[in-house]
Amino acid sequence: MLSLEKIDKSYVTGRNRLHVLKSVDLEIEAGEMVSVMGASGSGKSTLMNILGLLDNYDSGSYRLDGQLMKDLSETRAAVLRRQLIGFVFQSFNLIPFKTAAENVALPLYYQGLGRRRRQAAALEYLERVGLRAWEAHRPSEMSGGQQQRVAIARALVARPKLLLADEPTGALDSETSHEIMRLLQQVNSEGVTVLVVTHERDVAAMTRRVIRLKDGRVEDAHARLPDA
Amino acid sequence: MLDLDTWQEIVDTIRANKLRSFLTGFSVAWGIFMLIVLLGSGVGLGHGVEYQFRDDAVNSIWVFPGQTSVPYKGLQPGRRVQLTNEDHDDVASGVEGVEHISSRYFIRGSVQVRYRNETSTFNVRAVHPDHLYLEKTIVVDGRFLNPLDVRDLRKVAVIGTRVRDALFKAEPPVGKLIEVNGVAFQVVGVFSDEGGERELERIYVPISTAQRAFGGANRIGQIMMTTGDATLDRTTAMADEIHQRLANRHTFSVDDPRALEVENNNEQFARINGIIRGIRIFVWIVGLGTLLAGIVGVSNIMLIAVRERTREIGVRKALGATPRSIVLLILQESILITSIAGYAGLVLGVGVLELAARKLPEGSYFRNPEVDLGVALQAMALLIVAGLAAGFVPARRAAAVRPVEALRSE
Repeated sequence: MLSLEKIDKSYVTGRNRLHVLKSVDLEIEAGEMVSVMGASGSGKSTLMNILGLLDNYDSGSYRLDGQLMKDLSETRAAVLRRQLIGFVFQSFNLIPFKTAAENVALPLYYQGLGRRRRQAAALEYLERVGLRAWEAHRPSEMSGGQQQRVAIARALVARPKLLLADEPTGALDSETSHEIMRLLQQVNSEGVTVLVVTHERDVAAMTRRVIRLKDGRVEDAHARLPDA
Repeated sequence: MLDLDTWQEIVDTIRANKLRSFLTGFSVAWGIFMLIVLLGSGVGLGHGVEYQFRDDAVNSIWVFPGQTSVPYKGLQPGRRVQLTNEDHDDVASGVEGVEHISSRYFIRGSVQVRYRNETSTFNVRAVHPDHLYLEKTIVVDGRFLNPLDVRDLRKVAVIGTRVRDALFKAEPPVGKLIEVNGVAFQVVGVFSDEGGERELERIYVPISTAQRAFGGANRIGQIMMTTGDATLDRTTAMADEIHQRLANRHTFSVDDPRALEVENNNEQFARINGIIRGIRIFVWIVGLGTLLAGIVGVSNIMLIAVRERTREIGVRKALGATPRSIVLLILQESILITSIAGYAGLVLGVGVLELAARKLPEGSYFRNPEVDLGVALQAMALLIVAGLAAGFVPARRAAAVRPVEALRSE
């Protein structure tokens, strides 16, 4: 599904140069459910942003679905994102003035789908995350767990091949976290490659493979979780 | 590009930011409103002045005799200057540039005018045929006085429409005889005049006839002439020459302020026109200043708006929005707000002008304020473009940043 080869990435702030990713090699097969773990500053969010074409990298090569992702224009990146990738963020990132259904339908708007089909698809995916009844509610009227489920519906509505979740449970209590992860497992069982960035062991334990990052390097691409 | 969905998106975001949208709209509407009201007022002022001048020819010189006030060549002050037919002929033939010229002879005392059993007092003016051009008299029936009337001392009269209404009622007056202080005159024409009702209560008779019939000899009370399309400098020279000629003929000093008044209406009109032009320029400057304030307001709000929405832009991009679609979204929103608000300001401004036109008293120096719609639309276009430009720069920057940076902003 995706492969990284000697990916380097550093951020330049003023005179300082922060080397965030150091020659990262990674291979993820289609249909996998993987978590990326690591301490704060280990580079896991940066890795996730590069995988999601939200950020570029300095050197190396990144292939997604067989295509080389390098020096993409913003427009090209936008097109690839809308075709291949769904995002789930720690802070949900729902658009506050849109209802649940409108939020879910938004990716389809950018795909150029007609209004009626967008609406139907949005309701279908809200149904799947159990929030069909909340279609007309705005994010501010929903709990964190509900908002994240709307965000997952939004990430899935465009039928991506890859779902990237950056600390999807970071803002949720453990019980809700569990629900969200089960939802992601279900998504994965339908064939979508799922990659979860997390620093929570419980969350990582619900994926089938754990990648450990440390100081910008892959410490272990097939880590085993120590028993709790 | 501007399909229903795009509109839906735009309307949604406008609704989500009611205050900001209102403020943007308000600064645009206010700018246009002020511009319209100011420009309209400038035009109204101009119309008012033009209206004040509507009665008489503005390219004219009027000569009024007076009394000498300084001794000159051994003569005492306090002498009356009495103009005569010879003065008229001298000015008419000797001064270059005179287009139409007429004198007036004033009949002493009140003038009784009778037609059959109807008697009334009217103002009788004894004039030359060219008087027609000086007063902008409009002949509505029959004819005005002609040179033969003056040469042959014909007892003919041209009456105002109100004189006709008062004396003749519905009867056709042309050809009928009226008595002016007991002297019979034949009505040869009826006139109208834009100068108001008083002008319509006058009767014009040949100056020569009046001088003979009412004991005027060769005396005239006033000379007036038009100057054609002569330049202002030329008319000033003409006025000076007339003054000099009459001073020589009647032996008084040209520097005597009381002996003769030569009033050059060209100069007055030019002066007032100058004032109006000044006011219009001032109004334009103030209007453009207001417009500029509106532009700054719009620009400012658009800058803030884009900054506020950076995160939303990041989300949209993560969901597959191209930079182009982001820029268009913001710009279309800006266009929509500024056009609607601009139009509202336009309508409101025109409404205020209309109201002012209706409520202001007749005859004041402010009349028919109106605004060039082309100018108004240009001003609106300018504001919309300003809003666009102000939105475009930050929108493009926001659309061009990597979404990761946009998402990081709070």
